Amino acid sequence: MSTRLAKQGRLIDRSKKIEFSFNGKKLKGFAGDTLASALLANDQMLVGRSFKYHRPRGLVAAGSEEPNALVGLGVGDRFEPNQRATTTELFSGLAAQSQNHWPSLEYDVGELNSKFFSRFLTAGFYYKMFIHPRPFWKHVYEPFIRQSAGLGKAPDKELKDADTYEHFYYFCDVLVIGGGVAGLQAAKTAAASGAKVLVLEEKCNWGGRTPVDGGTIEGLEADAWVAKTVAELDAMDNVTLRTRTMGAGVYDHGYILGYERLTDHAPGQGGPRHRLWRIRATQTVTATGAIERPLSFAGNDVPGVMLAASMRDYVVNWGVTPGQKVVVATNNDDAYRTAISLHEAGVEVVRVLDTRESGGGDLADKVRALGIRVECGRAIAKVKDGKRVTKVAICAQNGEGGAREEIEADAVAMSGGWSPVVHLWSHCGGKLTWDDAQAHFRPDPERAPTGHDGKPFVVTAGCASGPLGLSEVMQDAAAAGARAAEAAGRPATKPAEVATSELVEAPMEAVWLMPAKADIKLRMKTWLDYQNDVKVSDVQLAAREGYESVEHTKRYTTLGMATDQGKLSNINGLAILADTLGAEIPQVGTTTFRPPYHPISMGAIGGEARGDIFQPLRKTPIYDWHDSNGAHWEPVGHWRRPYAYLRSGESIHDAVNREVKNTRDNLGLLDASTLGKLIVKGPDAGKFLDMLYTNMMSTLKIGKCRYGLMCSENGFLDDDGVVARIDEDTWLCHTTTGGADRIHAHMEEWLQTEWWDWKVYVTNATEQLAQVAVVGPNARKVLEKLNAQAGGGMDLSKEALAFMEWKDGEIGGFTARAYRISFSGELSYEIAVAASEGQAFWNALVEAGKEFGVMPYGTECLHILRAEKGFIMIGDETDGTVIPQDLGLHWALSKKKEDYLGKRAQARSHMADPDRWQLVGLETVDGSVLPDGAYAVGNGTNANGQKNTIGRVTSTYYSATVDRGIAMGLVKHGPKRMGEVLDFPGTDGKIYKAKIVEPIFYDKDGEKQNV
Amino acid sequence: MSNAVSALGGASFAGLAKVEETGLGGMITLRGDLASAKVQAAVKAATGAAVPDTRRIVFGDAGAAAWMSPDELLLLVEYERVDAVVAKLGEDLAGEHHMAVNVSDARACFAVSGEAAREVIAKVAPVDLDDGQFEAGTFRRTRFAQIAGAFWLDDAGTFHIVCFRSVAGYMYNLLCAAAHPQSKVGVYA
Repeated sequence: MSTRLAKQGRLIDRSKKIEFSFNGKKLKGFAGDTLASALLANDQMLVGRSFKYHRPRGLVAAGSEEPNALVGLGVGDRFEPNQRATTTELFSGLAAQSQNHWPSLEYDVGELNSKFFSRFLTAGFYYKMFIHPRPFWKHVYEPFIRQSAGLGKAPDKELKDADTYEHFYYFCDVLVIGGGVAGLQAAKTAAASGAKVLVLEEKCNWGGRTPVDGGTIEGLEADAWVAKTVAELDAMDNVTLRTRTMGAGVYDHGYILGYERLTDHAPGQGGPRHRLWRIRATQTVTATGAIERPLSFAGNDVPGVMLAASMRDYVVNWGVTPGQKVVVATNNDDAYRTAISLHEAGVEVVRVLDTRESGGGDLADKVRALGIRVECGRAIAKVKDGKRVTKVAICAQNGEGGAREEIEADAVAMSGGWSPVVHLWSHCGGKLTWDDAQAHFRPDPERAPTGHDGKPFVVTAGCASGPLGLSEVMQDAAAAGARAAEAAGRPATKPAEVATSELVEAPMEAVWLMPAKADIKLRMKTWLDYQNDVKVSDVQLAAREGYESVEHTKRYTTLGMATDQGKLSNINGLAILADTLGAEIPQVGTTTFRPPYHPISMGAIGGEARGDIFQPLRKTPIYDWHDSNGAHWEPVGHWRRPYAYLRSGESIHDAVNREVKNTRDNLGLLDASTLGKLIVKGPDAGKFLDMLYTNMMSTLKIGKCRYGLMCSENGFLDDDGVVARIDEDTWLCHTTTGGADRIHAHMEEWLQTEWWDWKVYVTNATEQLAQVAVVGPNARKVLEKLNAQAGGGMDLSKEALAFMEWKDGEIGGFTARAYRISFSGELSYEIAVAASEGQAFWNALVEAGKEFGVMPYGTECLHILRAEKGFIMIGDETDGTVIPQDLGLHWALSKKKEDYLGKRAQARSHMADPDRWQLVGLETVDGSVLPDGAYAVGNGTNANGQKNTIGRVTSTYYSATVDRGIAMGLVKHGPKRMGEVLDFPGTDGKIYKAKIVEPIFYDKDGEKQNV
Repeated sequence: MSNAVSALGGASFAGLAKVEETGLGGMITLRGDLASAKVQAAVKAATGAAVPDTRRIVFGDAGAAAWMSPDELLLLVEYERVDAVVAKLGEDLAGEHHMAVNVSDARACFAVSGEAAREVIAKVAPVDLDDGQFEAGTFRRTRFAQIAGAFWLDDAGTFHIVCFRSVAGYMYNLLCAAAHPQSKVGVYA
């Protein structure tokens, strides 16, 4: 059984007991425990079921490489699936649930998969099995697989994450990722040069695994050296230290993501849960250590089989042992340290099986001296299946697994050698080289990730570089720190020699299969990837089926996928692949290392963007008034505009119709502040506008307005609006609401890239002005009343301010600019005042307008009023494929001008094609409203057997003014087909019949606006 | 005029740092050749300040001039004086290709002050706020999370932010969230 030991446990505080629960069972641990160590202390070895075969699975590792111990953590709005027990710090009240089992962890029906069907569930099984018959996938196979497969449960979709998150931008000369002895040494060396240094450590404590492994640095035990060095660094002004912060990804231009877990160990304490550090580092040192590899023997997934160094971590760090009788299997010297640790803790080490015929070095001698039986050239043939290790069969490594000796044991510590953590090095293009002696890929310093200047911006330090011995590690780290500081522009320094103590180790031996010639029955029980249930036999099958590329094999077998991304399985898997293909390992290569190193929360990525700051909302100065006067909001880009103002008991439709009628009969007010207002000034401004607009703007007289169209250089209609000539070299261009920023950028682009020598400046003054459209037969009356109240103001008569003129002056005491322009066909003034006075001006209009029947109107009323007049709307009548000629706007295309943007494009054959669909009005025969976007169908069918389309609806409304449905649409040969009735099939199964008419439904002669 | 109100009516919040909407500020976008003696004289006349270097703000006795782009300055003057200053710029720069536009009402102004002000801003703006990098007189046109903004540090250690008026509410809520009392980073403060 796994239990708490009496003494060991350098990270736990036995005086602080912590209660937590696992699958509802109340358990106890100590402060400093991880969830994993606390589970082991409570003899909870079984932590989950495997993905495909639902085999019982236990803890294999003690860090972020753990593939099995994924739990659902927390409850309700703090529930999160797939949390690693090994990286979860224990806290009071922690509630964890195991995943991937049914009906319970102990008794799982899916385990039958393993017993009876495993020979069918081989590599590529899904692809082979479920492809036929086709409909079965959607209706039979997929629902079945989804029920049985998958990792954790998604959180309840009705609940919102209870926590907040944030980002933090940080800049430094040298970023050190990893706070083990190598990272600390590198940081110390870099900091000594005066560089600004940031050190990130993913765990809550410094020092990495050296304090567990032993050895002295500068005459101090590792723990003491770590404490001293951290204190020294902490005291330096140019050094920042962060624990619980993982270096998650390395990106171009020295951009690094750090993932800080602030309250995961104390949920609900307030403040952000995670903080995403967005770091720009001139140089980055990755001191990310190494990960131990499992050995591939049959039954290596039985709970109780654990990585040797991880088992040592549990003993030394947390004072727990996974078993009482332990077998150690290894191909290197390091695992002997585990035998020593276990022995010192009073745990029986039944046998050390060393695959090397020649055995180990100093450590092996030490183990023998402790009286532990060491056998060389020996291997594990098989661990007996079950929920715990009970029996281990031993055989010769260099055989097929016969002539076994069976011994009793309840845990197995395995070590297949060490692989440097090369992920961060590789994220941005760092290349690897194969180290035959250590049987691992290590970073190739000659092929580092390079920055904008072609020079390396990532340096590795310590085990992450390849060396595993303490002395080499410390020298490498000191050199890395010095190199990074120098590359970051600090003076070159010679790294100090770091004195260390170390035992002599014998070379390791590459072991990819145990025993070396294991038969197929053993290979089918030999796991490579625990998380995805991929076995040696699966990779071999894939290779036989022609999967030579490691990337293809990964997808086919799922080796190295999911949340651990093959931290334990990659090297072992590709070694098997190489062996089966008869290739060398470096020729097969690795799969791509992509960020993040370890999963990070979606919340951290989103940062502060949730709730009221999820997205910026743009508000006009009159927003609050709209909001408290019944506005039904419509999003227009980031703006919110009132769609209609609802009165109590009124439907949206009713409100719109009321607004339409009132504006035609009395007086309407529209908040038009969102319309773009671009000021264009300079000696070449007229020439510039003549190029941008299809019609002539340079000839516009001061004080006059002109409606203009803008096209892209491809000829398509892009934006429209009224242009006013302000003075000799200044124009004010109104754009659509959505066009303000876009057209501003469009103007700047042409001025900066093409006509850079033209003397023109543009300023986007959209937000400087609140603009109110005062519309309807009573428009002039209300404005004149305001002037009368103020004791004077600008003359707003027809004679003084005619249609399509503008004037500066005062209205009702407000400094204002008045435009006589109309998008409604009514008598209309658009009045611009300073945005800061917008609300006051609106209030004055509402107050003074009472006697004239004033009502505000929203965007839907605006749309209907313009449609009744046949005015086009950018985005309705246009969609990026429509040219002005399609809309009958030939009158706005200057024939005098030599050129304008779009002119040449519009002359191309397709653009001049008389078969292009053209704008017409549409009137349903029965007065109903045509469905928006409906297509008109003609005779015959197309190549796909669909009815030919001959037109479509672009705008359609109920018009309260004419009391019937009105619409506009683009129809093939439309203007020549007046009076024809077309069929528009709706999605509701009905066929709508509409007659082609002129697209003006109201006041065809424009008398109302010109009074 | 007495009718003029700022977007948020002077809202303020005290958290890690103090966040305040500081009311209406007079602002002029001036575009022109910044190397021209005439422009430099006009800027001096308007604000008392010299034309600033790249990413700097210079304070004068009647306002300040901030660098916005190679051909654009933001002139800061009293709100009530803006129209007069724009008119004067027009006179001073007659014959010189330029543009001077009142943008005071297009903007919202904020101040962030207190020990943790640097950290609060560093949560939302991708700018190096180390005191060796961002000092009094530094001016930066950047973004605050999802919106455009510009900011500078004054001699008293207060950060001043300007953004578009329409997003004043977003900016305020954003800064308040970043100044949450329990969200101290501990790097600059």
